[in-house]
Amino acid sequence: MTTLDLSTATRRDLNGALHALPKDAPTADWTVLHPEGQHALAAGVNAPVTVTIKGHAGYYCAGMNQQATIIIEGNAGVGVAENMMSGTVHVKGDASQAAGATAHGGLLVIDGNASARCGISMKGVDIVVKGSIGPMSAFMAQSGRLVVLGDAGDALGDSIYETHIYVRGSVKSLGADCVAKEMRAEHLAELAELLAAAGVDARPEEFSRYGSGRTLYNFHVDNAGAY
Amino acid sequence: MDINNIPQTLPRFSATFDPATLAEIRRAAATGIYDIRGGGTKRKLPHFDDLLFLGASMSRYPLEGYREKCGTDVWLGTRFAKKPIHLKTPVTIAGMSFGALSGQAKEALGRGATIAGTSTTTGDGGMTPEERGQSQTLVYQYLPSRYGMNPDDLRKADAIEVVVGQGAKPGGGGMLLGQKISDRVAEMRTLPKGIDQRSACRHPDWTGPDDLEIKIEELREITDWEKPIYVKVGATRPYYDVALAVKAGADVVVLDGMQGGTAATQEVFIEHVGIPTLAAIRPAVQALQDLGMHRKVQLIVSGGIRNGADVAKALALGADAVAIGTAALVALGDNDPALEAEYRKLGSTAGAYDDWHEGKDPAGITTQDPLLAARLDPVAAGRRLANYLAVLTLEAQTIARACGKSHLHNLEPEDLVALTIEAAAMARVPLAGTGWIPGMAGGM
Ligand SMILES: Cc1cc2nc3c(=O)[nH]c(=O)nc-3n(C[C@H](O)[C@H](O)[C@H](O)COP(=O)(O)O)c2cc1C
Repeated sequence: MTTLDLSTATRRDLNGALHALPKDAPTADWTVLHPEGQHALAAGVNAPVTVTIKGHAGYYCAGMNQQATIIIEGNAGVGVAENMMSGTVHVKGDASQAAGATAHGGLLVIDGNASARCGISMKGVDIVVKGSIGPMSAFMAQSGRLVVLGDAGDALGDSIYETHIYVRGSVKSLGADCVAKEMRAEHLAELAELLAAAGVDARPEEFSRYGSGRTLYNFHVDNAGAY
Repeated sequence: MDINNIPQTLPRFSATFDPATLAEIRRAAATGIYDIRGGGTKRKLPHFDDLLFLGASMSRYPLEGYREKCGTDVWLGTRFAKKPIHLKTPVTIAGMSFGALSGQAKEALGRGATIAGTSTTTGDGGMTPEERGQSQTLVYQYLPSRYGMNPDDLRKADAIEVVVGQGAKPGGGGMLLGQKISDRVAEMRTLPKGIDQRSACRHPDWTGPDDLEIKIEELREITDWEKPIYVKVGATRPYYDVALAVKAGADVVVLDGMQGGTAATQEVFIEHVGIPTLAAIRPAVQALQDLGMHRKVQLIVSGGIRNGADVAKALALGADAVAIGTAALVALGDNDPALEAEYRKLGSTAGAYDDWHEGKDPAGITTQDPLLAARLDPVAAGRRLANYLAVLTLEAQTIARACGKSHLHNLEPEDLVALTIEAAAMARVPLAGTGWIPGMAGGM
């Protein structure tokens, strides 16, 4: 195991070393001490390695992650795992705004709550939030799945495309063109898989599904109020 | 009075309700939706044509054409990037998306730019292998939509351009209508095929200059501080926008005036939001000078650059380089009079065709229709673009030599005068034949 202490080493030391890891062979685990909320920690990693950050991380932690498993033993700032392509990011505390923004793949698990715009513009990532999420989450969400065990704030899924949203608690309001949808067998199965992947013990039947009404996909004068 | 012989008044069109305005009212009434088109503003604006170079005479010595050297190269990204870019000419190719343009057109832009020794730029929708393959120096745009945004492509790029805005639509997001969302475009953007795509106007994970500073740090960390990072803004409040971009850590600022082209935007946006290129340059340069950053953070100006005189004037006003969009497309073959019969069928005429969003471009440039796109030969079109870029560079050099400058970057506002009071005020150079710069104290 490699340990890097950010009270003596710099962020550049950390990211430079992580970027130098082999892309196609597993590496022994990394532990990062004293992160003290620094930004862009473990950003741009592309290697099958597990990195545990012992404390709080600032903005864009694990940004654009590929392959790596990144565990944050604390809270994460804005844009955790933004544009992730693959791998797993696990926030043990709460996450700030825009968690998993624009991410194309991989799994983001947040044990606590996520703030506004969770999963904004998501493009294929799976996000599981054990707590609640803030307003404008899954705004313009294109693809992937968002699972919330707690409640969702205002304007959930505004202008959503093809992302599947599952919420166990209440939804304060739905955004433009986001509608409640029927839970069919394939959705229960997909949700069960996601819950298992995130290590959550919950029954898929307790969730409601939301997705696109697909009424704004093409311009129509009668929808002018929604644009 | 002979009542059979009263002189008749002529039918008279209103200047306010002119035929184009009337046609738009009828179109709006029939459809209920705003007009969308491509290209830049079509109205007449104070522009580079309103400036003249003084040239050398008794008090300034010219350089010999062909014999005495006049440098044209430019370095971009010298502030923080480990690998700044070095171009042979200060004329770069602006960001235009695959999706808006055909794969062949993107390839042709890469080929032309590479022959000329300059850079080309991706656009909304990501990087295609054709374009990366054919472009020696490729700038990768980082846009609010993040369509196709991929760290592998980020690492393959030679520079990264964070797009905050565009001159044609400052404050607006992208548009690509269903006709152009082909299978390939849909897949690259992770969108359903055939939808009318309206992309975001704000970045999803940062707001404001303080966040942008952290975002730029992240992009630098991911790419190991190698790549120059540009920030592109539409011209609105250039003094403040440039100052904030510098504060946020940009290596290069791209400033796009309202003449700048677009692939598809509401007509009302194109014509009524933003300020002319001419009006934007001096405040931008002033911001750099006030921060002690002129020439340290490079300024690229775009929006209505057509010839070497425009290039020289932009540089004389303080830009380090320029970018071209519309002119590059024309060099490839856009709006060619040889295709007049086909433009007529589309209800337009060569030179005025701007329904690029419909994807029916007979020149094969602004389309995703495979049959139309196949009409453009990327090798021949790339050659035409390279020729055109060479002419722009030679013309700018001709002017610089006439002004006694051994490098295009030695051109300065002092070499210029203005033909109109408006241009004098905007460019902050004297009205020709006077020492008067409107709004400035002094004069002679
Ligand atoms: C067809 C077309 C597509 C464009 N696509 C983009 C884009 O994806 N991103 C962007 O920042 N600007 C885009 N632009 C604007 C150009 O980058 C540039 O700012 C503008 O064309 C410069 O002005 P000019 O056309 O007068 O040379 C586009 C312009 C055109 C003509």
